[in-house]
Amino acid sequence: MNTMMVAFLANTIISGTPLLFATLGEIITERVGNLNLGVEGMMLMGAVSGFYVGLTTQSSLLALIAAMLAGGSGALIYAILTVSFRTNQVVTGLALTIFGTGVSGFMGQSLVGKVTPDAVKAVFKPVVVPILGEIPYIGEIFFQQDIFIYLSYIMVVLVGIYLYKTRLGLNLRAVGENPAAADAASINVSLYKYAHILLGGALCGLGGAYLSLVYVPAWQDNITAGRGWIAVALVIFAAWNPYKALVGSYLFGGLDIIGFRIQGTGFPVSQYIIDMLPYLVTIIVLVVASLKKSKKNAPPKALGVPYFREER
Amino acid sequence: MIRMIKRGKMSKRKSVVIRLLAVIFALVIFAILIRVMDLNPLDVYVALVKGAFGSVYRIREVIIKSTALVITSLGIAIAFKMQFWNIGGEGQIFMGAFAASYIALNYPELPKPLLLTLMIIAGMIGGGLWALIPAFFKAQWKTNETIMTLMMNYIALKWVMYLQYGPWKDPMALGFPKIANFSANAILPKVFGIHIGWIFALLLVVLVSVFFNHSKKGYEITVLGESENTALYAGIDIKKTILVAMFISGALCGLTGMIQASALNNTLSIDVSGGLGFTAIITTWLAFLKPFFILIVSILFAALLQGGSFIQTAFGIPQAAAELLQGMILFFVLASEFFIRYKLVMNRHQVANEKKGDN
Repeated sequence: MNTMMVAFLANTIISGTPLLFATLGEIITERVGNLNLGVEGMMLMGAVSGFYVGLTTQSSLLALIAAMLAGGSGALIYAILTVSFRTNQVVTGLALTIFGTGVSGFMGQSLVGKVTPDAVKAVFKPVVVPILGEIPYIGEIFFQQDIFIYLSYIMVVLVGIYLYKTRLGLNLRAVGENPAAADAASINVSLYKYAHILLGGALCGLGGAYLSLVYVPAWQDNITAGRGWIAVALVIFAAWNPYKALVGSYLFGGLDIIGFRIQGTGFPVSQYIIDMLPYLVTIIVLVVASLKKSKKNAPPKALGVPYFREER
Repeated sequence: MIRMIKRGKMSKRKSVVIRLLAVIFALVIFAILIRVMDLNPLDVYVALVKGAFGSVYRIREVIIKSTALVITSLGIAIAFKMQFWNIGGEGQIFMGAFAASYIALNYPELPKPLLLTLMIIAGMIGGGLWALIPAFFKAQWKTNETIMTLMMNYIALKWVMYLQYGPWKDPMALGFPKIANFSANAILPKVFGIHIGWIFALLLVVLVSVFFNHSKKGYEITVLGESENTALYAGIDIKKTILVAMFISGALCGLTGMIQASALNNTLSIDVSGGLGFTAIITTWLAFLKPFFILIVSILFAALLQGGSFIQTAFGIPQAAAELLQGMILFFVLASEFFIRYKLVMNRHQVANEKKGDN
């Protein structure tokens, strides 16, 4: 493997990280039975808030907190509407995306062209992990990254353990599969839904902040450019599993940057055609996922269905 | 304890009032936001109305914008009625515009009526076929149409970009990436100073209304949207219904693309849609998928957009404010639907009485 390939793969991790955060967030949300199509909106809200706070306070920690709060507040609107008011989840999620796009355009107008401050950049510069970072290839690709990316690794493991190895995670999956049964087992369905929708939104906000603070790193209008929607598709690709989400995110991260790379090699295909790849692959993934309906990869049974205790 | 129970049928007028109240709530919250920006909300709203209806030119602009919104919304409504979440209006508009442009650029010398008719047909087929792809997968394997139609928006956009920057780039444009303008024959005529599309829009409102209420297919779409099982028992060919409905849905969006390309841009460009496919989702929902309401809501939204760009220049409020307001209106209307379907009652005793009353 030559150095160019290693550099490409390391960049794949970087471009896959915003997708990974958002996908993890949406997995948690869907596991509790809510299809939130507002990922794009929440990412944008997180991206603009994180960037704004990072720019004004020069604090990376405050920026991250702001991004999580912004994504979380978008999710809160969604949760109030879908959980308490039992609105149609598809339309509510779309409304959230439109709203989030508006918020980011509104707040971001004065930020266009501004660059991430050096103090924040310094915190997110690549750090070599001792020992792990020295492994040939693997170390160079995975462990010479910034701490934001290490945070994403930790999140994958945490979400995995939480979903599959803890009582709370079991309860949360029960709510997503069969809320009436969960309710009968004295699980507070609404509380679980609220908490995990908010958590999911916070993760989407982080994904957005990675884009504006580290990946670009400057503010530009509509900075997510459809990544939130790819995250929604990645959840299906990952079969609602956080570990598979890691693989999927990097795969799509790679597709995202390949057009630009190929442009430089004189490959005789238009950049715009190659730019179609992530979307095309998403469609193929969707179709393949719908073709083989194995029980193991099935969505949570109550996904998208509002829960009415009164109608039990 | 507060409990919620299902209402019986609510009068139509009452449900319209509740939705209107929701819109007013959104406007009030938005007014507070304007106040926070140290502006007088009343001034801004007055300017918004003036910006939309203050002169003949502005009224024409509103009608032009509503024309595109009405036709797209009608298309979206057909899909939504079936609970097929067609988020792909944007892409269908692009592909309709692409197909119409193909005719316009290749046969510029055809007589005007013939050329325009061919362009309309091509636009509708272009949009319709683009919508037929997700419809086919949905009908065959229940593939998630929301994400698929959305992804196809991006593919359509990249396709138009590819044409604009690549094979269709006008060599006469001195290196500027644009596609050559259409010939005069390929541009829709004007009626009362506004391109003829507005007449199409009005006709389509009537046609789609008749289609929904008085045609077999329209009825089948409604039944399928309400319950797939019912549709199955009623012997409705589900697959065929999905395909036909989505073709019509996409064809209407494609027609919008043709109109935008021909009458407004005079060529194919990445600006032919400008978010119409998404705005139409809101207008469709606010209009409870009913064609006549779509007409009204579309005009109001077009006015909001037109007025929005006016207050941007007048008060320095970002253009995105219009999007923000759209999102808020939709949130409040969604929440209001809860109060149309349910009512809150205070205690158990009352619930028992209400239930008796309902039966």
